[in-house]
Amino acid sequence: MSVEAHQLIAIPQPDQPKPSIPVAVRKTLSSPWATGFVILLTVLWTIPTFGLLTTSLRPSEDANNSGWWTIFTNPSFTMNNYSEVLTGGDTIPGGILPYFFNSFAIAIPAALFPLALATMAAYALAWIPFKGATTIFFVVFALQVVPLQMALLPLLQMFNLGWSIGPITVVPDLDLSGTYIPLWVAHTMFALPLAVFLIHNFIAQLPRDLMEAARVDGAGHFTIFWRIVLPLSVPAIASFAIFQFLWVWNDLLVALTFAGGTPDVAPITAYLASIKGTYGAQLDLITAGAFIAIIVPLIVFFALQRFFVRGLLAGSVKG
Amino acid sequence: MGDEILNGLPKLGTAAAGIAVFFGVLMLVFFVLGKVRGRFSGPVAGIAFLGPAILLLVAGLVVPAIQTIGKSTQNAAGTKFIGWENYAWVFGTDTNRQILTNTFMWLIIAPLFSTLFGLTLALLLDRMRRESIPKSLIFMPMAISFVGASIIWDLVYAYRDPAKPQVGLLSQVAIWLGIENPPNWLLLQPWNNFLLMVIMIWIQTGFAMVVLSAAIKAIPGDVVEAATLDGATGWRLFSRVTIPMIRGTLIVVITTIMIATLKIFDIVRVMTNGNFGTQIVANEMYAQSFVQFDYGRGSALAVVLFVAVIPLVIYNVRQLRKEQAIR
Repeated sequence: MSVEAHQLIAIPQPDQPKPSIPVAVRKTLSSPWATGFVILLTVLWTIPTFGLLTTSLRPSEDANNSGWWTIFTNPSFTMNNYSEVLTGGDTIPGGILPYFFNSFAIAIPAALFPLALATMAAYALAWIPFKGATTIFFVVFALQVVPLQMALLPLLQMFNLGWSIGPITVVPDLDLSGTYIPLWVAHTMFALPLAVFLIHNFIAQLPRDLMEAARVDGAGHFTIFWRIVLPLSVPAIASFAIFQFLWVWNDLLVALTFAGGTPDVAPITAYLASIKGTYGAQLDLITAGAFIAIIVPLIVFFALQRFFVRGLLAGSVKG
Repeated sequence: MGDEILNGLPKLGTAAAGIAVFFGVLMLVFFVLGKVRGRFSGPVAGIAFLGPAILLLVAGLVVPAIQTIGKSTQNAAGTKFIGWENYAWVFGTDTNRQILTNTFMWLIIAPLFSTLFGLTLALLLDRMRRESIPKSLIFMPMAISFVGASIIWDLVYAYRDPAKPQVGLLSQVAIWLGIENPPNWLLLQPWNNFLLMVIMIWIQTGFAMVVLSAAIKAIPGDVVEAATLDGATGWRLFSRVTIPMIRGTLIVVITTIMIATLKIFDIVRVMTNGNFGTQIVANEMYAQSFVQFDYGRGSALAVVLFVAVIPLVIYNVRQLRKEQAIR
């Protein structure tokens, strides 16, 4: 649900020069105290993550018996925690790697599917004139209000048992448990309201002349969508794709509900939550596992910061 | 290590196959329906473009939400209508009253402090030359999952016998400050609730900072200039000009974080699993539904969340409309 934030940052648009605040004002307002305070907060905000990274690089003996800050006086590092967590060892049989792959296998399709369907729906709502388009758009928009929790139980039963109204079977029992399909479908369903809304905002603003010119040339809706709308919508689509990929990667609720805990399909978040309960006291291993899980979003964050901020703000309260 | 990576490849293959099938079907439909000409071409395109999304929304959100409301009036197994009993349970038992109180505290404290820190940072950073490094670092937690964040903070709150070397930063700081017996923080009721909220504040401050910073930068330069010429400086400029100018955005930020706070369950689940007096509605909903298998109570809790979110969303959207009308 996050219409709100999105509208604040609005649709992707070219960078505008900062409004220049007079130098005099800038001067009166800045002070060493302000700078010091910002630095203090920045350090405070960074220390916990730094502690995690440091602990994950310390030998088991050290990590579990002394604070990570002692590395400054007694430095010793190892990559053993990572090799044990990744591929398994005496403590964590099987390792985290299968779940790491699951996360990719869940998140990439679960980002692409809603994106495709939402872009199509957004085009229909914006450029195919029909009665009730406004109403449908409003209903889709309003569906963002529904918390995930409202849909979990019935949806799970639908996947496990099928769904019928009286004697009529609407959705047959497809026996999908143990596959990625329930996760892909659930994430796609939950992503659609926000995706349709955001992409519609973008597509609706494409120049009307362009569409009309194409129609005069004899292009149908399928051609216009494929040749004109899709290429022009790349910025909006990319922002949402990154946001949705990270949302799915970081999700725990949908994962726990629809994947169970097996190495076959469960993503890394579900595995971490479970080993946190079992091996939480093994700080060397749990920190290495956590760092493997957060490294992917962090890489995305630092590599694609512009898109990332835009996309993340757009969907900050989804679900 | 090589073997394990090889073992993972079929999974990526499954994903690739899923993607191929999905887009293959879409292409096929597009190709076939694209051939339709004449007066049916409009409606056919409309159904092809809009149909799949509508179908999934109805099957995945509309119908389940209605079913959940129905389930909330039924017994644990969903076999008998029991009226308001589940709701009486939600609001009537002592345990649940604590859950509701905790959730309410989360709802007030996490958004308030996130916004306060975010606003302070946005204001101070606006006047600094090198704002991008602090901004990135403070926004970074937003990229991390709640599970990852919980493990990060679990390390901060970790407990060890005070006689031994500490591994938890909070205990160590307490000892440095002269507190000889730092407690096991996560068991310390009711303060452990606030320690969990700190995680949410740590994550959401970056969000508040970035949005508010954009709003502050959007204040027209001449407004600030006029105020300065009139002699407004420092605190007065801030309270009389800046804050009123971004009031709408402030409200949107607070309500947005409130909506998110109401629905998250990961932090509590991973840190304490709701034990030691830290349970909240979203995690209790999960526990009732998928641990106790009491679908009636789980559904009633989901409906409570839903009803609690609605006024926030309405207020939020209204505020936004007003904002846009002014601009």
